[in-house]
Amino acid sequence: MSLIDSLPRVGAPKLPKVDGLIPWIVPLAIVLIWQLACVTGFVPSRVLPAPTDVALAGWKLLLSGELVRNIWVSFWRASIGFVIGGGIGFAFGLANGLSQLSAKLTDTTLQMVRNIPHLALIPLVILWFGIDESAKLFLVALGVFFPIYLNTLHGIRTVDPQLIEMGRIYGMTDGELFRRVIFPGALPSIFVGLRFALGIMWLTLIVAETIAASSGLGYMAMQAREFMLIDVVVLSILIYALLGKLADSASRALERLTLSWHPAFQKK
Amino acid sequence: MQEALRFQPAGAEPVGQADIVVKARHLRRVAEGAARGLSLTIRGLRKAFGDNEVLRGIDLHIPAGQFVAIVGRSGCGKSTLLRLVAGLDAPTAGSIAFGEEPRAQDIRVMFQEPRLLPWARVLSNVEVGLGRERASADAQARAERALVEVGLGDKRGQWPSVLSGGQKQRVALARALVSQPRVLAFDEPLGALDALTRISMQQLLERVWRDQGFTAILVTHDVAEAVALADRVLVIEDGRIAEDVTIDLPRPRRRGSAELAALEGEILKHLLEGSEDTFDL
Repeated sequence: MSLIDSLPRVGAPKLPKVDGLIPWIVPLAIVLIWQLACVTGFVPSRVLPAPTDVALAGWKLLLSGELVRNIWVSFWRASIGFVIGGGIGFAFGLANGLSQLSAKLTDTTLQMVRNIPHLALIPLVILWFGIDESAKLFLVALGVFFPIYLNTLHGIRTVDPQLIEMGRIYGMTDGELFRRVIFPGALPSIFVGLRFALGIMWLTLIVAETIAASSGLGYMAMQAREFMLIDVVVLSILIYALLGKLADSASRALERLTLSWHPAFQKK
Repeated sequence: MQEALRFQPAGAEPVGQADIVVKARHLRRVAEGAARGLSLTIRGLRKAFGDNEVLRGIDLHIPAGQFVAIVGRSGCGKSTLLRLVAGLDAPTAGSIAFGEEPRAQDIRVMFQEPRLLPWARVLSNVEVGLGRERASADAQARAERALVEVGLGDKRGQWPSVLSGGQKQRVALARALVSQPRVLAFDEPLGALDALTRISMQQLLERVWRDQGFTAILVTHDVAEAVALADRVLVIEDGRIAEDVTIDLPRPRRRGSAELAALEGEILKHLLEGSEDTFDL
């Protein structure tokens, strides 16, 4: 991104309004082609309903309140699971990045657990927690734990030692050194972990809700499948895409806000 | 400045702004210059890393306020000596004593790399130099003054990433100066700069040293730089002081003058003689 931005611009300067729309050209084109394919009968509506039908199904669900309720339930699960798993991952990342003893004690164990695909635990989790809320929260928390842990640890370990030495020479206490040198230095890496974790968060939640749930977006999609409501299934999938994009945009905005010092985020 | 005005006799002729500044500087130097720098006495200093003995007995006295340059080939131990003086490493044997017990902010180091915090604005980077006094009410004003001193008053709100190499090094200098240190150790601070930037940085170093009167210890591999700036040049060889040359030329020194060239030649000759493989100099 920054490489292209730094190349000399040829021709007239772009209009900012048009610039912001460019990323949406491809999705819009896909929807348009999709609509055409359905209207002309090229794709039978039993295989894939037209976007207008999907929108209609969405409108009906919106009116009945079902859609909002399910999105809210999923969003709530995702957030709580993310806060728990991300929080613990961040804490372990900090502890193991700052303390040799802590790293020696826990890192090997965590690396072993990391290599178990967390979705493979679903049968066990259902046995433990049933299809209760805690099962979903547990899986989401486990899923987001590792990207946050690994990237926090990596970020802290790779802070420039010359800067740390500088901080010590200038009399920073441990707390100040962490606040002014180590944490800001690790932040770019922590954000990489955050964005990975957000992706895993949705993936885990949807899978968990599809398999065992009585509410939420995944449950809505599964119910719709039972009744052959293919438009609702497609609607759910589109909502996942939008929610994923939303989470990504939010983390990018946060990144721009906190990493404004970074050459890659500076406005040209 | 106020001091200068106060010392003006009642019937004194009016003087220009520039004149006042010069006088103020002069007075400041006279008033506190001698007291500002710390003298330094090193006895039997040794430093070994494992079996590798880098410093093999250094004895040295540096009077308060002197500008000392240390030259030598790569690996001769000059940077190690500087790190010991700055308290960054502990000596294996021997002692380093200052004229008075220094506080932490009395001794500052400037490295070859600027080591600025990329996520802090220029002014906050300078404030780092205040050490424990960062929380004091006049911290920001002092940092601003230090920035003006190095000629970067207009860059206070910038991120370090937009500065040039020379500007970054000037910010690092301001950070080192802001606590008004009494000993300032330079570890090849100009090594990574281009020739023209180097020369203006050398002039800046000389100016702030004359203004503030700290004891300066400059490690450099550039003999011309050493003779242009220092009162005294130490040549280190195999972990010992091989030569101690006093540069008794008036300041400001004219670059490329015959006297400087002769001194530079002499020291270079010594450095070359001391080595068998001269081509890696």
